[in-house]
Amino acid sequence: MREELLTILEKNSRIAFNELAVLLGTSEEEVLKELTKLEQEGIICGYHTLINWEKTSIEKVTALIEVKVTPQRGQGFDKIAERLYNYPEVRAVYLISGGYDLLITLEEKSLKEIAGFVSDKLSTLESVLSTATHFILKKYKDHGTIYNTPKNDEREVITP
Amino acid sequence: MSRNFLSEKVTGLKPSGIRKFFDIVSEMKDAISLGVGEPDFDTPWHIRDEGIYALEKGKTFYTSNSGLKDLRQEISNYIQRTQGVEYNPNSEILVTVGGSEAIDIGLRAIINPEDEVIIPQPSYVSYEPCAVLAGAKPVIINLKAENEFRLKPEELLNAITDRTKILILPYPNNPTGAIMEENDLKAIAEIIKEKDILVMSDEIYSALTYKEKHISIASIEGMKERTILINGFSKAYAMTGWRLGYACGPQEIITQMTKIHQFAIMCAPTTSQYAAVEALKHGDKDVEEMRQSYNQRRRFLMDAFRKMNLECFEPYGAFYVFPCIKEFGMTSEEFATKFLQEEKVAVVPGTAFGECGEGFLRISYAYSLENLKLALERLETFVTKLRNQKNM
Repeated sequence: MREELLTILEKNSRIAFNELAVLLGTSEEEVLKELTKLEQEGIICGYHTLINWEKTSIEKVTALIEVKVTPQRGQGFDKIAERLYNYPEVRAVYLISGGYDLLITLEEKSLKEIAGFVSDKLSTLESVLSTATHFILKKYKDHGTIYNTPKNDEREVITP
Repeated sequence: MSRNFLSEKVTGLKPSGIRKFFDIVSEMKDAISLGVGEPDFDTPWHIRDEGIYALEKGKTFYTSNSGLKDLRQEISNYIQRTQGVEYNPNSEILVTVGGSEAIDIGLRAIINPEDEVIIPQPSYVSYEPCAVLAGAKPVIINLKAENEFRLKPEELLNAITDRTKILILPYPNNPTGAIMEENDLKAIAEIIKEKDILVMSDEIYSALTYKEKHISIASIEGMKERTILINGFSKAYAMTGWRLGYACGPQEIITQMTKIHQFAIMCAPTTSQYAAVEALKHGDKDVEEMRQSYNQRRRFLMDAFRKMNLECFEPYGAFYVFPCIKEFGMTSEEFATKFLQEEKVAVVPGTAFGECGEGFLRISYAYSLENLKLALERLETFVTKLRNQKNM
């Protein structure tokens, strides 16, 4: 049940307990118990909303920043990652294999603010060797969801 | 034009009950339909991509009559890993234009005039006409709701005569959602062997079962040589428009089927065949995801029926439920028509799948949950209204 429950919630976190119980063929109590466990174990980390900000009048700029760093003795990359993820404007931090070490997603109101973050905060950190900033021009798909108008049902209305 | 040029056999065929209803629904603009017999999912992208790649590479020629060698090999592997039955890809497998073609030519390959074909109903609409067109006499078994629409050995025995050549075994079933489990199949297999007849097992919904995994009658001892196994890509991989299916069976029969296929069709669409190889090689995960989704909707519908007190046996296959509407004292067609007119929801009357479908409706759950929720709310309103009228 756990995997199926997570699969449903990943697509729709607003679904009601009683409905979940019906879909999974179990009781509401069981669903509630499992959900509590999943939250306590840190498997479910939040219930967020996916917003296509481009369709609002609110300005948002997102950048992906590649960062090369010197790992610190005894702590590897964790220490520097922590210094970065504590900034609220940093939306995601990943340790990456390949040409650089950390990938940061940064969301700000303007290009200028992103530039400010990179030059004032990021580059001045001692263990940061270099950075490369990429601005996102358009989001086609995010969190497994395609950002365009929904498709019509093109099937014939009745078929055998 | 005074002379009648038309074939009596063809003009004598009853028009499909679905067609009639289709015309009514098509005129209603804002109706919600639960009447579709095909998946709502798009074909998984990697499969479509493989089709596109085949086109880009210029793979646009005929394939061999029986289908791409690679595809027949993959089909053989698939049946081996899901059913434990071994078919020789060189002589015992034929790739067809959908399962429908396999039904048609399978019957044509074995029927002599006056042969009888046993068809359990309610079932898919084309078995009976295909049997008639092949020159056979269809013998109908009216399956019963109290048996959950499974075929019972005594029903089969009653239908068998000296002229019986083949039984069509349509499970998992469209329109009832019924399945046959191992013990059901064993009992049928005993009779088939004893009475020396064949089986055409239409397993197009085999990937969509919600209890045990599907079992093919061909996997029962002594049955492989008596079975024409039909399957395809439409339902499992959401590939209806690609028109691709296949038949597996004894070499003598497949050889004759290939002959008809060769003269009538030449070969199944090449692009589809390349895409199908990809489906069989890497599509298991997609099938499982879709199956899980169907299962959730199935549970949702059964729960909704329980809540509105509508009688329905729990189906464990395909993507249909077959609720009983006898309590309302209307025929299936009357009910479906009124439901459509008053609540704007289209369902298919059970009678479209045989006379014994009277008193039942086929509701498809190849729709999103949101769609089903809306439609079921309307069904509840409708059912409540009818019950209130009755009690007045």
